Amino acid sequence: MTASPLISASNLGRFYSVSGGMFAPSGTVKALDGASFTLEEGKTLAVVGESGCGKSTLARLVSLIEEPTAGELLFEGEPASAQVPEHRKLVQIVFQNPYGSLNPRHKIGTILEEPLRLNSDLSRAECRKRADEIMERVGLRPEHYDRYPHMFSGGQRQRIAIARALMVNPRVLVLDEPVSALDLSIQAQVLNILAELQEEFNLAYLFISHDLSVVKHISDEVMVMYLGKVVEAGAAKTVFDNPKHPYTQALLSATPVADPHRKKKRIMLQGELPSPLNPPAGCAFNPRCRNAIEKCRAEAPALVFDEKTELACFNPTPL
Amino acid sequence: MALLDISNLTVEFQTASGMFRAVDNTDIRCDRGEILSIVGESGSGKSVSMLALMGLLPWTANISADKIEFDGRDMRSIDKNARRKIVGKDMAMIFQEPMSSLNPCFTVGFQIGEVLKFHLGLDRATRRKRTIELLEQVGIPAPESRLSVFPHQLSGGMSQRVMIAMALAADPKLLIADEPTTALDVTIQAQILELLVGLQKDKDMALILITHDMGVVAETAERVQVQYAGQKVEEQAVGNLFDKPHHPYTSALLSALPERATGRELPSIPGVVPGQFDRPPGCLFAPRCSFAQDVCNKGVVRQDEALGATLCNFPVNVGKADTVKPAEAG
Repeated sequence: MTASPLISASNLGRFYSVSGGMFAPSGTVKALDGASFTLEEGKTLAVVGESGCGKSTLARLVSLIEEPTAGELLFEGEPASAQVPEHRKLVQIVFQNPYGSLNPRHKIGTILEEPLRLNSDLSRAECRKRADEIMERVGLRPEHYDRYPHMFSGGQRQRIAIARALMVNPRVLVLDEPVSALDLSIQAQVLNILAELQEEFNLAYLFISHDLSVVKHISDEVMVMYLGKVVEAGAAKTVFDNPKHPYTQALLSATPVADPHRKKKRIMLQGELPSPLNPPAGCAFNPRCRNAIEKCRAEAPALVFDEKTELACFNPTPL
Repeated sequence: MALLDISNLTVEFQTASGMFRAVDNTDIRCDRGEILSIVGESGSGKSVSMLALMGLLPWTANISADKIEFDGRDMRSIDKNARRKIVGKDMAMIFQEPMSSLNPCFTVGFQIGEVLKFHLGLDRATRRKRTIELLEQVGIPAPESRLSVFPHQLSGGMSQRVMIAMALAADPKLLIADEPTTALDVTIQAQILELLVGLQKDKDMALILITHDMGVVAETAERVQVQYAGQKVEEQAVGNLFDKPHHPYTSALLSALPERATGRELPSIPGVVPGQFDRPPGCLFAPRCSFAQDVCNKGVVRQDEALGATLCNFPVNVGKADTVKPAEAG
């Protein structure tokens, strides 16, 4: 099947029910609500938004850690399932915090070979060979094979995490804030490795981040989320150069730019993210939105195609 | 005379494997009504030097300095009780993790009131009034009802506002903000930075902003001090620093920013910050520096003020008019 994209999702949702305690009523948290996207080979789709917007939930769904409660997730046209071994090998994930995602009691070699032992029937020697290859590829030295995670710096640990994800030859990497725990000079090294690997193995990236300058640099397409919903999506350049949704505009203007001479024209968002347990009626963004009109408080806008991008807003204004 | 004047500050920690130098001969000066930003990667000693000033380091720390003066008082020889009267009153600090720097067992109103009681000796009714005023100042809606709220009931942004209110309670002359927005979302970060800068202007305080985010530096600071591996490598006004960084490290750091990149490949700095055991004998940045020559492994000279007091033998972005002190070996 060549026609189907590598990953396609339609109306993907994940709801959690929370018990309210002895007296409070129980409720539903819509961590992710109606996300649709496609991911092609060799491309990077970035998901941006603040904490609580559902971007990590999306990462967990795509990497088959959790199952969606609504909508459909297709890998190459087939319904994705953790029961299918090929699907588990297709997608691998790199987590945000390299200090928490590597087992401190295992040597790097064991950490790297574990995915192969579980997902393939390669011999020990073959596993070792593959580990050496991948370690060299991400810039680790052969003697690192016998060391423990605590002997490495944050940047090196993130390389190990990337190497582990690559062991089973995946075609999609889910990168959940892969550089946000790293220092600036190390961040550039890791971003460069990611770019090289993408070119070499034609990998597709689902890149989750809150850092818009990183996203702008690395992504082909971008999806902006707010409180579990996609509010704007499209080609990265179009969205960044000409954001239409008031939230995207606010997010872009709130991001500090490393240029002291730039004239600041900042859209200040009032208030904070509402509780996902009790989202506001209508558009979830309306209490903080400067363009909110009567209609926004009554009904939630659907994500519709608007010129070049997809947009969920009743009253968009150009910046 | 500067409000805060620290020269040749060195902080060493006793560890099981010998002494570890976290801050290495650093100078910090900050005047009244000024925003100084200290920028550097993790392990560059930016927080430790401020904790040393506040007297918050554990007993394993060895602090030595030629001068630590705050508001005309020598903080090196000051006794514990006198220090308690200054810390929290004339200089206050806010920390990176607002959630974990508030005491979970006490209400917001009590914790702010504590400062007012200890430092200003206000009575209960005045404390309450002043606390409400403070909460209002930092932009917390419905302050009366927030007095009896516990920290776990607040979001990250709100907790940071409470921390700021607490720091401002006794009208400090110097506010030290240690990565105040790192744990917060960008839209909340924008709110908190705006609040800090606004309050700094209103009260004519000195503000020392410790951060690793070049974007935050560019948008808030007036003067910037760059730290690397415990040393101050450069100090310039914010505009000049971004236009003409003189230290190769600053220059490399700025070009590693994704937003300044021209191609897909980012210019990165090879290697990592030196640790306890691989500290280079000469210039600490030499092993990672693309301009380093043999002489850099032996020693390094500090250039004069016109070149940002750069700690480098071969500073970059030097025009013809500027004269460079010749590098001396050893």
